[in-house]
Amino acid sequence: MPDVAANSEPFSDPSDPGLYDYWPYEGRPKLTWPNGAKVAFWVAPNIEFYELQPEPNPTRKAWPRPEPDVLSYSLRDYGNRVGTKRMMDVMDRYKVRGSVSLNVAVCDHHPELIEACVERDWEIFSHGIYNTHYSYGMDEAQERAIIEDSLEAVERHTGQRIAGWLAPALTHTERTMDLLAEYGILYTCDLFCDDQPQPVNVRNGRLISVPYSLEMNDIIVYNVNQQPPRRYAEMLKANFDQLYEEGAESGTVMCIPLHPYAVGRPHRIDAFEEALEYITGHDDVWVTTGREIAEYYYDHHYDAAAASIAAANRR
Amino acid sequence: MALPDSYMRFSHREYGMDQHRYEWSMLHERPKVQWPDGARVALWVNVALEFFPLDQPASPFKAPGGMVTPYPDLRHYTLRDYGNRIGVFRVFRLLEELGIEPSVSFNSKVAQRYPQLMDEVTRRNWEVMANGVDMGKLHYGGLDIADEAAQIDESLGVLREMSGQRVTGWLSPARSESMHTLDLLAERGVEYVGDWYNDDMPYPLTTTSGTIHAMPMSHELDDQTIQLQYQQSETSFAEQVEDAMTAVHRESSTADGRILSLVIHPWMSGQPHRIQALRRALSSLIAHEGVWTAPGSRILEAFKSG
Repeated sequence: MPDVAANSEPFSDPSDPGLYDYWPYEGRPKLTWPNGAKVAFWVAPNIEFYELQPEPNPTRKAWPRPEPDVLSYSLRDYGNRVGTKRMMDVMDRYKVRGSVSLNVAVCDHHPELIEACVERDWEIFSHGIYNTHYSYGMDEAQERAIIEDSLEAVERHTGQRIAGWLAPALTHTERTMDLLAEYGILYTCDLFCDDQPQPVNVRNGRLISVPYSLEMNDIIVYNVNQQPPRRYAEMLKANFDQLYEEGAESGTVMCIPLHPYAVGRPHRIDAFEEALEYITGHDDVWVTTGREIAEYYYDHHYDAAAASIAAANRR
Repeated sequence: MALPDSYMRFSHREYGMDQHRYEWSMLHERPKVQWPDGARVALWVNVALEFFPLDQPASPFKAPGGMVTPYPDLRHYTLRDYGNRIGVFRVFRLLEELGIEPSVSFNSKVAQRYPQLMDEVTRRNWEVMANGVDMGKLHYGGLDIADEAAQIDESLGVLREMSGQRVTGWLSPARSESMHTLDLLAERGVEYVGDWYNDDMPYPLTTTSGTIHAMPMSHELDDQTIQLQYQQSETSFAEQVEDAMTAVHRESSTADGRILSLVIHPWMSGQPHRIQALRRALSSLIAHEGVWTAPGSRILEAFKSG
């Protein structure tokens, strides 16, 4: 049961969040990318901090075992100590800038990692404060405080204004999207229903969804679907091949969401490199960031998309 | 309704870690380590000898590989015991054939129940590592400290007595610890633990009885994680081990040594249809130039002397 009492403006229909209108893939206006690219390709590393003993959230337990859950905690800490560097080295070789989904407390705990991102001109967006700190049960003031904290911390440490959002540990409330738009955030990564950007219905202002991915997400592949590394490389290449082919007709987006603690293990790093070499070896691929996709979309496609969606729903 | 104010305070949001066991540090910024004889990669294979009691408690959780069906789960009890009767001999023979010197971690119950296995290890002069009492006796937050101390004393006492070794390496059953485990271990002369899965190299851990070291031990690369937990094939297991060494070896040099560790469970890899995959995996590890095989304590010694 959703905790309706904690939300000032619950979804009017709890069975359907109403965050977007149905918009069939066929018949959309043609989506174009810079220089005639077929696919906008972006890589989104999640740089995270998990607390050993987080404040308890009534809806979700942080760790499967009694605290201290040494195995789960240290498995994730690996990303910061070892995995990020290994992942960055591969991305540097193929000139891929990351769009970092950041638990912003990393700015305080591990500023060296932030410096490494800034040096590379990577984009930083927010993934909440800690990955063990969930949105479930927050009232509006508390959720605003998390957004304001994120904006302030990232601007202070990087000079960047956050453009994107991925809810911490994918924990949402019914008002998350409205608040993001209100704070001028350009895009959300939390909706998985499309291979192209799409407008999100918000109370005020504008917000779009930029395709992130669960299916291509290393954690989903490795820890949830429990696939081996060489198979991950095959899946990434197949995903790209299809989006590249369709992108000749109308532009598509491919994202590889990563977690340095997963992709950055020695037995997995070469599978990622194989896929990255393959994808960036193609012509007509726009290797870009989440912010650049969002900005380009607002400038060139948002209005046509909104009109097309309105027409599709006027029948 | 909102969450309590305490939820919105971040009391440990400051430079470094959110706990005081170890310092924040990135591998690539640390002093380089040289291994003996100009080796590039220290290969640490550990054979885990485990006893899963038939009445394994479900609380606080069951160690992976444990009982599944209602009591008496003769299926899993005997399938795990297969490792100690049959599989271990296949694994030991293979290691000897390939010239790999492993460490062997024991639940102390295994040594007591099957002293022949301790003889097999000590006659080869292989290092004995302590792995608690058995797979039903976990260390965890909420375990009474006196009970935990007794478990550790039992494990170390039995293994030191039976092996005649100092037994300075520790692996907790299911890699589960309480807030006191490291302090209790250090107080009893343990010098390194394999529970922490956050590094490719050793690093110091602070305890109430001085510094001990976390040693990197495989987990996601283990035969049981890949083949039991993830249900992937033995072929894929061998490929993943090979790929791990390819990456670690490439990153290493004679001036900047690395470690690759692999934990083998005889109840998994010692099955007839899996032993050849283990052979392929181990063969790919030693096929590289500059691979030095040694047990945990010798690798740690070399690490400490730089």
